Amino acid sequence: MSLSNAAGPRRSLWSKHKIFETNSIILIIGVLLVISVGGLVEIAPLFYLKNTIETVEGMRPYTPLELAGRAIYVREGCYNCHSQMIRPLRDEVERYGHYSLAAESMYDKPFQWGSKRIGPDLARVGGKYSDEWHRLHLEDPRLIVPQSIMPGYGFLFRNELPLGEIGDEMRANRAGGVPYTDEMIAAARTDLKAQATPDHPGQDDLAKRYPKAQARDFDGDPGRITEADALIAYLQVLGTFIDFKLYDDKANIR
Amino acid sequence: MLGIGLAAAAIPMLMLVAGLTESSAFAFHAVLGLLAALGAVLFIGNRCFDGRVLPVPQEIDGKPNYNMGPVKFGVVAAMFWGIAGFAVGLLIASQLAFPALNLDLPWTNFGRMRPLHTSAVIFAFGGNVLIATSFYVVQRTSRARLAGDLAPWFVVLGYNLFIVIAGTGYLLGITQGKEYAEPEWYADLWLTVVWVVYLLVFLATLAKRREPHIYVANWFYLGFILTIAVLHLGNNLTVPASVLSPKSYIVWSGVQDAMFQWWYGHNAVGFFLTAGFLAIMYYFVPKRANRPIYSYRLSIIHFWALIFLYIWAGPHHLHYTALPDWAQTLGMTFSIMLWMPSWGGMINGIMTLSGAWDKLRTDPVLRMMVVSLAFYGMSTFEGPLMSIKAVNGLSHYTDWTVGHVHSGALGWVAYISFGAIYCLVPWLWNRRELYSLKLVNWHFWISTLGIVLYISAMWVAGIMQGLMWRAYTSLGFLEYSFIETVAAMHPYYVIRALGGALFLTGALIMAFNLWMTVRSESVDAPASEPADAGRLAPQLVPAQ
Repeated sequence: MSLSNAAGPRRSLWSKHKIFETNSIILIIGVLLVISVGGLVEIAPLFYLKNTIETVEGMRPYTPLELAGRAIYVREGCYNCHSQMIRPLRDEVERYGHYSLAAESMYDKPFQWGSKRIGPDLARVGGKYSDEWHRLHLEDPRLIVPQSIMPGYGFLFRNELPLGEIGDEMRANRAGGVPYTDEMIAAARTDLKAQATPDHPGQDDLAKRYPKAQARDFDGDPGRITEADALIAYLQVLGTFIDFKLYDDKANIR
Repeated sequence: MLGIGLAAAAIPMLMLVAGLTESSAFAFHAVLGLLAALGAVLFIGNRCFDGRVLPVPQEIDGKPNYNMGPVKFGVVAAMFWGIAGFAVGLLIASQLAFPALNLDLPWTNFGRMRPLHTSAVIFAFGGNVLIATSFYVVQRTSRARLAGDLAPWFVVLGYNLFIVIAGTGYLLGITQGKEYAEPEWYADLWLTVVWVVYLLVFLATLAKRREPHIYVANWFYLGFILTIAVLHLGNNLTVPASVLSPKSYIVWSGVQDAMFQWWYGHNAVGFFLTAGFLAIMYYFVPKRANRPIYSYRLSIIHFWALIFLYIWAGPHHLHYTALPDWAQTLGMTFSIMLWMPSWGGMINGIMTLSGAWDKLRTDPVLRMMVVSLAFYGMSTFEGPLMSIKAVNGLSHYTDWTVGHVHSGALGWVAYISFGAIYCLVPWLWNRRELYSLKLVNWHFWISTLGIVLYISAMWVAGIMQGLMWRAYTSLGFLEYSFIETVAAMHPYYVIRALGGALFLTGALIMAFNLWMTVRSESVDAPASEPADAGRLAPQLVPAQ
């Protein structure tokens, strides 16, 4: 071999590499050790450093209707064009509102911070527009914003929201740490209907379980609960959990 | 027998799922799996009764009896998925320029089509190229037949079944909502099985090798296979809502999930799109140039440095977000350091042409591979630049990122793949040479023009949009509304779509060229691949 032919004392270190080149198991172990360092150092502390997630008041798990709406947001791939992460930069804070906190996505599975703004950030879109605006805009975006390049989502208004699996979905969220109680899961279908139906008797219980939950007919069709009901309910709650008039930025400097 | 048993056992389970689930899309996937299992039972059963189960000879006349069937399948699948993926890319690029093309149907809107594009080009095209070339290279450099009889076929067919499940799932609205990891839990589980078999086939072939050393390309392949397995498991730990539901929820939440996602996402770039394709470079560039690798030591240093540093780079996707600053700073620091091992690979590849530079004029296939290394060098310089927080503050969320990704994906990944496929097809089908080098030349120039249009349009669009977002008037108000910045993108989106159309045209020319090559007359031993000419040091030159 060419290596050993020319091997002098200065080359000895290089010849040590032979062990990796002649034994695939040692090569595997070497690769696994080398690739685990970075991940361990960067990820593991996020689970135990207390300052990773700010201490805030107002965060609660999504209501069943909001959770179903979030699933539609994910299903339609909204995250491909809309971020949910306002950076602490002057223009972003003026355009979208207070910069996003880690605490605001603590119940988000998966996180939807996004990576591209083909459309605007949605982290604080809740309450910014009326339900009516969202209805018209989802149906035909260019009716409201002539230069928009967003697809129309009229089919959401025609699709009935399936209720069957909502309890299972909350259970799966709970398995990953979202604090849904047994009571919340048992009442999931009632809560869902109560939130999307005007004057539903279950709305008081809903508000007890999910403080400040907004209950009304979101899609403009009180008779049915559609996918649009769920999506608009989700959009209207985005960024509204924390009252930033009471929030102290300095207390959570990291 | 194990195979037939497992496939048979899967049939009633899949029937049960198909019958009971409330989701019609999930039922469709169960039926797909059912058909695959039935096919496997029929195929394996037929083989048993055919009496063809005799062990395949490992050697014929003292030469290894290479198993090239799965490689051929992978090459054809790669071309098919590549063209499909480029076409979907062209469609979604056009949707951004002309939103009416969304048709406002669930299955055709941008949000569902974009993951279809990214998965088709990265995992379907790139993945098939990686599996096919790795099976080819590991056999050749080990001078041993691929391990296993059915296992290699299980890997290529199983992987493509995963692709079909993933792709149809997106269109039907089945997604995890994590970028580049959209397939749901059952597709992820299936991929895990396929991947473990892939690793075992690869390792068992290495174990059979008749060369003392493991050739450098195989280090990179191994690094890619192992790390992708680790990343896949870490980023896909989900809890399904039920076994009858396609929907699942990841166990991580919020900020930790974001860190896991980009640890995965950036290393899908680092290990799938870089380490794997560097392996291709380390075999096909020296083979085609007929020169040894420039530096053995450089390959050692940049291999270990590359896999060590890449893993840290994920947080640069999360600059100025709610991820703690210490993690962002680590991500930035390691991303900048990553520039060096990346260029180590580029230098080792390009300098391999020392003494053979004249071939760039005469061999368009080699030219394509060398230009791919130049693009690799360019985008691995741009990447560290964009990972600096001050630069990222401007570039993040804009089309600059999209342009950066495509200079790497089109210029580096696709070009080195095209080069490898142009080499492989005559070798695999025993043809004297390609049907037409002139057409390769056309492919090269048309698609290079396409790439240049694409990335320069995205640079201008991205930097312009970033500057418009942060522009203030003299009175201290934001100068532009968001929608004004969207409207300003229109001409660049049109140019980008044009660039994509040129790139797709090039790929169609390539497919025609390859088809005509396969249709041409076969020869005993292709001129470009001498059967067993003298052995050279395995660290420096691919073994024959």
